[in-house]
Amino acid sequence: MTKFLLDLKVNGRRRRLRTRPHKTLLEILREDLGLTGTKHGCELGECGACTVLLNGKSVYSCLVLAPQARGGEVLTIEGVPPEHPLIRAFVATGAVQCGYCTPGMILAAKAFLDRNPTQERTSWDREALEAVSGNLCRCTGYAKILEAVRVAAGKKSRRR
Amino acid sequence: MDAFSKAVGRALYADDLRLPGMLYGKILRSPHPHARILSLDTRQAESLPGVRAVVTGRGLPVPYGILPVSQDETALAMEKVRYVGEPVAAVAADTEETAGRALQLIRAEYDPLPPVLSLEEAIRGKGEPVHAKGNLHKAVSLKFGDANPPEEPEYTREDAFFYEGNTHLPLEEHSALALWKKGRLVLYSSTQTPFHLRKILAKVFGLPEDAVRVIAPKVGGGFGGKLDPFAHDLCASKLARDAGRPVKITLTREEVFYCHRGRHPAWMNIRTSWKKTGELLEMRFRSCLDGGAYGSFGVVCTYYQGGLQPTTYRIPSYTVESARYFTNKPPCGPKRGHGTPQPRFALEAHLDKVAEELGLGPVELRLKNLAPPDSTTVNRLRVTSSGLRECVEKAAEASGFRDKFRKLPYGRGIGFALGSYLCGAAVPIYWNEDPHSRVRIRLDAKGGITVFSGATDIGQGSDTVVVWAVAEILGVPPEKIRLVAADTDRTPFDLGTYSSRVTYMAGNAAREAAENLLEKVYRRTGGRRMPFEKAARIAVEKEGALESWGSYKPPLKPANFKGSGVGPSPAYSFCACAAQVQCDPRTGRVRVERITFAHDIGRAIHRPSVEGQIEGAVHMALGEAFLEEQTFHPSGLHRGPGILDYKFLSSLEMPEVKLILIESKDPGGPFGAKEVGQGPLLPVIPAVANAIYDALGIRMDKTPFTPENILLALERKSCGRIPRVGPEGFPDIPFPEPTHIPASLPGETVPC
Repeated sequence: MTKFLLDLKVNGRRRRLRTRPHKTLLEILREDLGLTGTKHGCELGECGACTVLLNGKSVYSCLVLAPQARGGEVLTIEGVPPEHPLIRAFVATGAVQCGYCTPGMILAAKAFLDRNPTQERTSWDREALEAVSGNLCRCTGYAKILEAVRVAAGKKSRRR
Repeated sequence: MDAFSKAVGRALYADDLRLPGMLYGKILRSPHPHARILSLDTRQAESLPGVRAVVTGRGLPVPYGILPVSQDETALAMEKVRYVGEPVAAVAADTEETAGRALQLIRAEYDPLPPVLSLEEAIRGKGEPVHAKGNLHKAVSLKFGDANPPEEPEYTREDAFFYEGNTHLPLEEHSALALWKKGRLVLYSSTQTPFHLRKILAKVFGLPEDAVRVIAPKVGGGFGGKLDPFAHDLCASKLARDAGRPVKITLTREEVFYCHRGRHPAWMNIRTSWKKTGELLEMRFRSCLDGGAYGSFGVVCTYYQGGLQPTTYRIPSYTVESARYFTNKPPCGPKRGHGTPQPRFALEAHLDKVAEELGLGPVELRLKNLAPPDSTTVNRLRVTSSGLRECVEKAAEASGFRDKFRKLPYGRGIGFALGSYLCGAAVPIYWNEDPHSRVRIRLDAKGGITVFSGATDIGQGSDTVVVWAVAEILGVPPEKIRLVAADTDRTPFDLGTYSSRVTYMAGNAAREAAENLLEKVYRRTGGRRMPFEKAARIAVEKEGALESWGSYKPPLKPANFKGSGVGPSPAYSFCACAAQVQCDPRTGRVRVERITFAHDIGRAIHRPSVEGQIEGAVHMALGEAFLEEQTFHPSGLHRGPGILDYKFLSSLEMPEVKLILIESKDPGGPFGAKEVGQGPLLPVIPAVANAIYDALGIRMDKTPFTPENILLALERKSCGRIPRVGPEGFPDIPFPEPTHIPASLPGETVPC
């Protein structure tokens, strides 16, 4: 199959590479760019482990074909600063167990927090849970993940 | 411990690894559930440009299995295939695409045989059996305690249950990367048991064990699904040797469903006899397991069917009969709770029915029959610390159980159940006298502390426990301690991550190693007058690096009867669960409103980890209760080997979990700690079943509790039939005459 020139920004850095059009963004990130922080749990858009932000929106990178990412801005977990409140909160609250869903979960939560800062409203928890509902976690039961997102948003901890 | 590296995406899992010259491996799998292999022609695949190696069954003929008694698998099927998805050939090529194309070029001819796809078919035994010796894999029959009940029973009840099979579904798909260096095999694998995998690799390749190095990188969840040695481990190793280059095989999600080794479907029957006042006199428990195509941990699972009922309840006279059959489906094995969630479901749902008929509260009936702390059970298990009574009282109180039970409006209900689990099996898979865990600590010239532990952190937090134990003893912050884990070349022996053994055993070994180091250091500085870090600097100045070791071996010998190796543990965790549900009788949908959970953890070493384990176990249990089933079409095809079809709870369905931690301070546990990884799954499923009965008056005697089954039971109720869904009776199985193990054996001493 013929290759095409993919030009995109990943974590603020411009990347140009020749690649085949049937490759997924997930494959580009992991295999061509060596950004293995983005995980895969199904490559069928079922689990959410491969979530990245494309132009600020959370997407399953396994469902984005390379040409669809052309000219786009991609944020992967490697582009989230280590001192980011979400990273600190995930570590501090015990929201990370096996860690395999964590990068995707953090990016889905980031997309939510970016568009919903901290307005107090009763539905906030529900909305946060909805925002990560496309990201499956087999370890935590999600309680500590919600807790982490709350803490990152500067909300009061609901810990016992 | 490693949460930060995972959260920023730096932690490396097996599939994240890449080596120069690495090839990609893929596995060809059987399309038939049961067929003789007539021929396998790989010539075309071999001549495809970019293909570097091809292997079939003949290339890896040595049989193996995780248990010494079940060496019944080969990496690739030899004469016949026994399930859809069984590996038959593997290729390594320059790219994944080429490997995939090569698989399509392998010409496999099969002679299909009638498949054995259910317990009924396996028992009936028509047609060619799954294995030459027949479909019956194992049948055990044991009678414990009094030959007859101590008093004349006033009430007897018998119930049948069915527990559907389900699978672990770790989010990380299994992956293995093999390379050979100067005749030595190095394998990176997403495994829970690097040392067992090393043993199997050495056996299959005819190498001494020290010519094999197995490294478990970060493992993205296991739950028992990464315990067995797998075809991809062996094929990657073989292909790498043949091609002379590193080979990586990463499974697809679909393939993970075929690896399986998950929960056995179980058909169970329980009969108990009682005094009218609610004292349990006698129990007979029968179970029949649908094992799938190979042995795996099946023999152990068969014994576990009757293993842990007595750690929660006193049973004067106890008979257990259990059997496992082979069927043409992916092999079942150990999933969180091993062989105990099925019988726990049956037992706790049965007790709910008994309580109702005796006119006693479910909590009261349980309290009357609790197994006490510091006692020996009828099946010879030594119970040390037990916070079970406190768990029951606290969970009942916090859930408002006594105020709500049978008092909530129609459609809403509350149910109660108990659980108990081991803190590591006292008997290793390969019987020997060596410690089960060893930990080594090195203090280097600059005072740096490195801990070497063979235990594998699969996300449950064992690294945290090991490091915390060392930090606590030495009095240094955990951040100052470096950990090297799960590498058979660099770390001392550890049995691996299963049977909830790591906190207890590796934790104790770490504690001992740290105590030894402390003593060594202060001996060199003439007493404990200064903080450890200062003393350590002085001590290493005197003689360079210092090293210390610690180990753990359970202080128990199993009793003298066949099967006594399954069940003994240095300690048991205990828990109680109250589930409150809201059911819609029109749609059959159930919403869990709240789970109240009390767990006897011994001592919580790291509270967020403990809470996370319980919340995660409740999550997995609710999946098993309502959604998860690994089932098959009549053709032998899996009904849905993907996450869209095999559903579990998302963040939106997970109910609130109210946690209560009971600290019974186990005398043998590290700092008093016990397990929390598996036990909390157990009581949730029956608690939910009992809650559904409280809500709707229907008995869900079969998992999962789907809307269809709930509507079916409601329909039966409205027609005046028995308002339940579940099996009848129990199949006719040729159990052997039971071995009787009386209440006390002459001359027996129970070691403490």
